[in-house]
This record gives sequence, structure tokens and C-alpha cells, in this order.
Amino acid sequence: MIIELGHYALCLALIMALVQSVVPLLGAYHGRMAWMKLGHAAAWSLSGLLTISFLALVHAFALSDFSVLNVATNSHTMKPLLYKITAVWGNHEGSMLLWVWMLSFWGILVVQAGHRLAPAFQARVIAVQGMIASGFLMFVLFTSNPFLRLDPPPPEGAGLNPVLQDIALAVHPPLLYMGYVGFSVAFCFAIAALLEKKIDRHWAASVRPWVLAAWVSLTGGITLGSIWAYYELGWGGFWFWDPVENAALMPWLAGTALLHSVAVLEKRDALKNWTVFLAILTFSLSLLGTFLVRSGVLTSVHAFAVDPARGVFILMLLTIATGGGLFLYALRAPYIRSLRQFRAFSRETALLLNNVFLFAVTATVFMGTLYPLFMSALDLGSVSVGTPYYTATLAPLLLPFALLMGAAPAIVWRAGNPRLVLQRLLYPALAIIAFLLFLLATPAPQKPLLLLVLAAGGWIVLTLLQDVFRKTGGFQHARLPLSYYGMVVAHFGFALVIMGSAIATQLTTEKILWMAPSETVVVAGYDISYRQPQTDTGWNYNIDRAVFDVNHTGKADSFVMAPEKRWYPVANRMTSEAALQLDATSMLYIVLGDADENDRNRFVVRIYHHPMIALLFGGAGLIALGGFLALLTRKRPLHADATGGVA
Amino acid sequence: MKKRQRFYFILFVLACLAGAVGLSLYALRDNLSYFYSPREVVAFQQKQDPRIGAGQGFRLGGLVLADSVQKNSDDLQVLFTVTDNVEQIDVVYTGILPDLFREGQGVVATGSLLPNGMFKADSLLAKHDENYMPPEVAKALKDSHAEGVKAMQETPDAP
Repeated sequence: MIIELGHYALCLALIMALVQSVVPLLGAYHGRMAWMKLGHAAAWSLSGLLTISFLALVHAFALSDFSVLNVATNSHTMKPLLYKITAVWGNHEGSMLLWVWMLSFWGILVVQAGHRLAPAFQARVIAVQGMIASGFLMFVLFTSNPFLRLDPPPPEGAGLNPVLQDIALAVHPPLLYMGYVGFSVAFCFAIAALLEKKIDRHWAASVRPWVLAAWVSLTGGITLGSIWAYYELGWGGFWFWDPVENAALMPWLAGTALLHSVAVLEKRDALKNWTVFLAILTFSLSLLGTFLVRSGVLTSVHAFAVDPARGVFILMLLTIATGGGLFLYALRAPYIRSLRQFRAFSRETALLLNNVFLFAVTATVFMGTLYPLFMSALDLGSVSVGTPYYTATLAPLLLPFALLMGAAPAIVWRAGNPRLVLQRLLYPALAIIAFLLFLLATPAPQKPLLLLVLAAGGWIVLTLLQDVFRKTGGFQHARLPLSYYGMVVAHFGFALVIMGSAIATQLTTEKILWMAPSETVVVAGYDISYRQPQTDTGWNYNIDRAVFDVNHTGKADSFVMAPEKRWYPVANRMTSEAALQLDATSMLYIVLGDADENDRNRFVVRIYHHPMIALLFGGAGLIALGGFLALLTRKRPLHADATGGVA
Repeated sequence: MKKRQRFYFILFVLACLAGAVGLSLYALRDNLSYFYSPREVVAFQQKQDPRIGAGQGFRLGGLVLADSVQKNSDDLQVLFTVTDNVEQIDVVYTGILPDLFREGQGVVATGSLLPNGMFKADSLLAKHDENYMPPEVAKALKDSHAEGVKAMQETPDAP
């Protein structure tokens, strides 16, 4: 009964979304306030109905109601309650419902937080949101309905994928979707502005928080996904350039570019065309990401929805949104004039260059991700593009990008003074050169890529410190807008990410060997001794555990690490739980492999030592935190520009 | 920006983008890894096709043949056979097997052929989900099945 209620609410939601896409638009066109206001009511009801729908599905999963097809295929009574609930969005249908549900949240946020917007503009934004919601609701109802019944109900569900029983994986899709879907607001703002032929600094100021909010969520989602892959997949890697990872990275890159071009538009009333284009592009890439993941076109560890009808439907939605957006853009672009020209040496030029780089990176990732698809679509063979491609293409882009990133905050808006900037950057530059010379003189491993990335990261950190020092008068006063500190924190985080990932991948130690109880091995300055095996039982699995005592070679203090092999009898599946131990900033990582068939206490053991990996994940967290700080900034009057934070 | 400056700027941006695209294409050419089924590998071997020549990396996919896995308990070497139900290729791998590696299940191995015709795998990929078969493996199996049916129809005497 509750399921039918949820189903019915979903159908009503589609009707409500259609109302939301038409009435406010007509109201804005004819100047009728009542019609525009109806959009607000529609957005609220849409969200309410989808909440009922979603909760109905959660209810079915929590009670393991196997008369619902979706529950029967994706859940199991032998799951802990938490993972029964997270299984709601662990499958295709449920995750698409989550997608639309989140879209409706952003809709009511636009209604509530957008009260400073002109009513007609707000009405248009809400209407475009309604159109996106309608499209995806049709997709859910017609191709991926989670409320279909199954008669007769099976006694037990079939969904018990042990790899998905994980808390990071449970939180990561909602955050990722928050980001994906959040960029729809920027898209709607762009479409509404094109409809009104009015793009100016006020538009930029009003769209900026939305871009930031979506960007922060997406950053968090990508970070959590990477952390999950790091400890759960047991390969000791954190980024595999898997198409599904790239699907989230592309909107992030475009969104980062958007964030910076919006700043230029807000400050200098320039880059209008480009900013609107980026807003359309970013959301299109979010849709493309949804298409890639949800259509099953990829050979990927994550793509599990293999159904051509769904792929075609999302492709249609993608074409309508992107094609329609770009068509409108082409029609209206001639009316948009950036009034101010800008000078060659200025902050705005630096930010434009930033956009050029980010666009090039996005294009590179796009090619690497879609090339195999084109190849197989044209029957030219089945290929895959791996890490070497991305290293070869992105490393040369990273260095000038980092150079620019360090220099840009030292250049003022409008007309920069090259001599002054050189003066400001002189000390950081000298310090980096000295640092490189020092590293070249030491017997440390001479890896050119590593040295260059370290120099690039060091350059960003030093220039940032110098900039903060100068703008706060030697840390005497701190009266700078929060958004400035947001920029500092995010850029600092980026520097940590590139340095951390370069060190962790280039200076990693890996050892694979057979170990029997009481054997000891030395890895990267640690004595690792296998004390004893243990068996145990968990919630719905049996555990083979190996207990290791670890201590720094020659020191007394030791800690225990206990990697596990888990056997899920019902699912007939084995998973490995790596043991991770963070020691200062480096990570020791032990995975159990197969046991010896003749001596079950003897295991293949894989040990990794990843130095500085904490910088990587901490840095990614700082990037998100920086965006969050910028989001908290109170609205500034548009003309004030003394210091000029970007993000 | 003056007209001329703007012109140079656009030129610069175009040069950057062209450079990036050129670099990408160049990197793509060198870093593509092709997927072949055992049937295709055997066909290439007979023609001595350079696409699977010594040291030329590619991905080999199919099912792990039942009862073919031999583990060595002194070092970490594993021997097994990959099949598409038509041809078979022996694979040698050193390291930890993925959790989902199972006889009779799909696997994709990345590596290259040794001079003796064995495939030396640098990495193995078995999928997250037991119901899910790598699409390329599924296609390879389907193709070889279709080929077999066709062959049987052409030679009615075949058993």
C-alpha cells in the first residue's frame, strides 16, 4: 500500500513538474505575478511529493518488502539496517529517484534563498528547473520505475553485494549527485538570463553562491569516492582514471573554470559570453556523467545498468538540454556585449588564462574518456585509455597552470604593474629555485616529474603565504573578506593535492610475499611481523584475520594491524579489508591475499607504504573547505574591490 | 584590450588549445590498449600480426577455464587459462588475485605475449558484481558462439 502511495506521488510529481515548467514562464512573459508565484507552490509540492515517494521506497527497503521488484533485486534480509537503507540509492532506479529528489531540493532553495532576485527572473529559473525535473521524472517513470511490483514475491532478495557495504560508498553518491544536480541551478540562471537578454555583474553576483555550493558538494563527493577506492578496492591507488571517475571530474573542472569566470564577470563586467557558455557546459557535463554511469556504455567497474532504452532516453535528455541551451545561446549571443575591454596584464587576463587551461584539461579528459566509446561505436576495435595517457597530457599542462596560479593573486584587477608583480614574486621564485638546487644536490631519488610537481606545489604555497602576509600587513590585521581566505585555503589544498599525489605515487614502496606466522619483513623502515591468524564472525560474514605487530625498525613502540578476508556465505563472495595505519603523514597499508591451500595460516601479503598520502586527502578536503568559506561570505557591495579574492 | 592585442591573445589561446589537442592525440596513439579475445589472439599468432608481437601490450579477456588455475605456494606465480569457448590462451600472473577471480568467471588481463605464446599478465580485472560480465568478454563469447553455429551449419557432418 505504501509503495502504491509512493508510486502515485511520483506520478503526481511529474504533473507538478510540468506545471512548474510552464506556468511561471508564461507568468514572466505576460507579467502576471500570480502565475509566477504559482511556480513557488509547484516547486514546494514537487519536493514534498518526491519526499513521500522516496520515503516510501526507503520504507520498502527497511522492511525488506520483496514484493517490490527493486527491493527483491537489490536488497537482502541478511543486511544490516543501515545498508538496507543505503541500498535504496545503491541501484539504478533508486539512485535516479535520488537524483530527481535532490533536484527538487535545489528548486525550493531557489524559491527560498532567491527572494532577492527579480520575480520574473526567478520565475524563469524555476520554470527551467521544472523542465529538467519533468525530463528526469519521465525517465524514472518510463524506463526506471523503482515501484514496480513482483508477483509472487520471492522469499529472499538477491542483492547482497558485499563491496557496497561501506559507509563512504553510502555517503559518496548523494554528495556527488548534490554537486551534479546543483550545477543545474547555474544552468537555469544562464537560460533565464539568455531569455531576458540580460547578463551583468548582478547576475554574476547572484549565480556565484549556487556555483560554489554545487562545486563544494562535488568536491566532497569526488574526495569520498577516491578515499573509498583507496581503502576498499585494495589496489593501493586513489585515482584510476576510470571513466566513471572522469565522469565526475569533467563537471568539476568545468565548474572550477566557471567559478573563476563568474568572479571576472562580477568584478569587471567582462567575459559574459564565456561565463554563460561555461554554465551551460558544466551542467551538460553533469548530464553526460549521468549518461555515462547510468547507460552502461562503459567498460567500467561501476557501470551496472545495462539497458539500451535507458541510455537512449538520457542521451535524448542530454541532447535537449545541451542542444537547446546552446541554440538559445547562439540566438542571444549577439545581444550580449561585454562593455569593458581589458588590458593584457591584469588579474582578469590571468583568470582568463586559468579558464583556458581548465578548458584544455577538461577537453583532454573528455577525449580520453570518450575516445574508446567512439572507437567501439564505429567498430574500430575495443580499446581502453589508461593512466599513461593522462600523465602524458596533463603533466605538461599542470606546470604552467601552477605557475599562473601562484602569480595571479599578486596581480591586481584592471591594470597590473608588471614590475611590482615581479618584485612581489621574486622571493618565492628564488626560494623555489634554491629548493630545486638543494634537492638536485642531495642523494634523494631524482625523479624529474616529482621534482617539478614539488616545485609547482611549493611555488603555490609560498606565493600564497607571501600574498596573505602582504595583504594582512604582516599578519597584523585580518580584515579581509572570508572569500579571500576561501581562495587561499582552496589553492593551498590544491598545492597539497598535487604534491601529495606525486609523492605518494612516485615514492611508494610495495612488497608482495608469502608470510607464515612469526615471520617478519622490513618495508620502508618498518618491521612488520605476522603474529597470528584469527577467525571471527561479523554481521553477515565470516572473517579470516591476520594480526601483525608493526614498529619502526630499531624502536620499541609498536602498533597492531589486522587485515581481513571476509567471506559472505549468502552472497558466495569474498572481500578483502585492508588494514590501514596512518603514521604522521604516510600510510602503511596491508592487504591479505589467498591462503596457502596446504597451510591455511600462510597468506600472500601485500604491503604498501605511501608517504605523504595524508596531504592528498587533506588537501582535497581543504579545497572543499575553501569553497565553503567563500560560500559563507556575506554579500559585498559590488563596487568594493580592495583585495579581491577569487573563489 | 586593443584590437591587435586581442588578435594576439586569441592566437595564443588557439595555439594553446591546438597544442593540447595535438598532445592528446599523440598520447592516445601511444597509450591505447586494445582488447582481444583468445580467438583473435590465435588468429593473429597464425598471421604473425605485429599487434600482438612480443612486448606489445594489450588486454586479453574471456572466461577462466575450469580447473585450470595452478597456484604456486613458494612464490606468487599463478597459472591459468583464458577461454572464449573456442580458443584458449595460457596466462601467467605474479601477485595477488582479485577477490572476484574465480574459475568459470569473466576476467580481463592486461599484459603482453611471451615468446613462448603464453600471456604474461601485469594486472587482472575481475568485476565487482557476479551478475555482471565485462561487456567486451560478453561480446567475445557471443561472437565465438555465433561463429561456431555458422560453422556447424556449413558443415552438416560435424557432430
